[in-house]
Amino acid sequence: MNDTPTGADPAPAPGAGPDDAAFLAALRAGDERAFTRLVERYHGSLLRIVLAHVRDREVAEEVVQETWIAVLKGLDRFEGRSSLGTWIFRIATYRARTRGQRERRTIPLSALAPGPDEPSVEPGRFRGAGDPSAGGWAVPPADWGPDASQRLLARETQQVIAAALGELPDAQRTVMTLRDISGWSSDEVCEALDISPGNQRVLLHRARSRVRGALERYFDQSAGA
Amino acid sequence: MTDPAQPSAVPPSALVPEPRPDPLRCREVVELVTDYLEGALAPEDAVRLEAHFAQCDPCVRYVEQVRQTIRAAGVVETEAVPPDVLDRLLVAYRELRGG
Repeated sequence: MNDTPTGADPAPAPGAGPDDAAFLAALRAGDERAFTRLVERYHGSLLRIVLAHVRDREVAEEVVQETWIAVLKGLDRFEGRSSLGTWIFRIATYRARTRGQRERRTIPLSALAPGPDEPSVEPGRFRGAGDPSAGGWAVPPADWGPDASQRLLARETQQVIAAALGELPDAQRTVMTLRDISGWSSDEVCEALDISPGNQRVLLHRARSRVRGALERYFDQSAGA
Repeated sequence: MTDPAQPSAVPPSALVPEPRPDPLRCREVVELVTDYLEGALAPEDAVRLEAHFAQCDPCVRYVEQVRQTIRAAGVVETEAVPPDVLDRLLVAYRELRGG
């Protein structure tokens, strides 16, 4: 399909991460397979990062492409003090902010703040103040069944998750997507979005709570159907 | 020096080490789940939380559902790179890095 013509095995094994020294060397040497893998790995996350700073989707896509060009031009100057990914995201964050300011379309920093408190679970699910077990479950979470792990992978369930993610406020969606789908560490997310670890956790918590709630409603419905 | 509170003078049931904070309620537990999973809880809060789990099956189930949610989200397909975008980037790559 996409074999390199050189046959010299320039691309690292699929298991090797983009932080591998051999991967970086391949990238610098013009290995298109390595570059393709890098783009495939980071493009979606870059877009999400940029969309946290720039509202317009088209502008965001432009910024991501500019980022890739800047990465290519700067590859020789990359010293490996941070991971390659972190370096790329730093470039993207910087460019997104600059662009956002120029377009006067920057999402105010407050948009990445958690906002007012919201309960993780509907308050009505817990016993009220007059109850001797106040604060305990009144309507506990129902069992998702012994085959839950399979049901969670079913296409319809995956659509429920995707839809729930789509309905999250931007900041929550960005954090949960980067953490739980792209597999970033909390440090990486904090740095790329320029938010504190505490805010990162609050956003992640609210996002995961909402997505769990969406799954619960979906499973309850299909159980009742 | 005399100690007015000789241990032998109190019944064994009263030998609790320290006055303990109120036990957590389920409504509070669900707000701590992410800090717990992230290892961001103060040690004493983690102890309180685990004490709660030890006697509250619904909360254990709740945390398990959050874990399942995280795992299931991990396999949601991410947006693929549009082919024309990849092509353009490869052209740029050849120009800038290729031989």
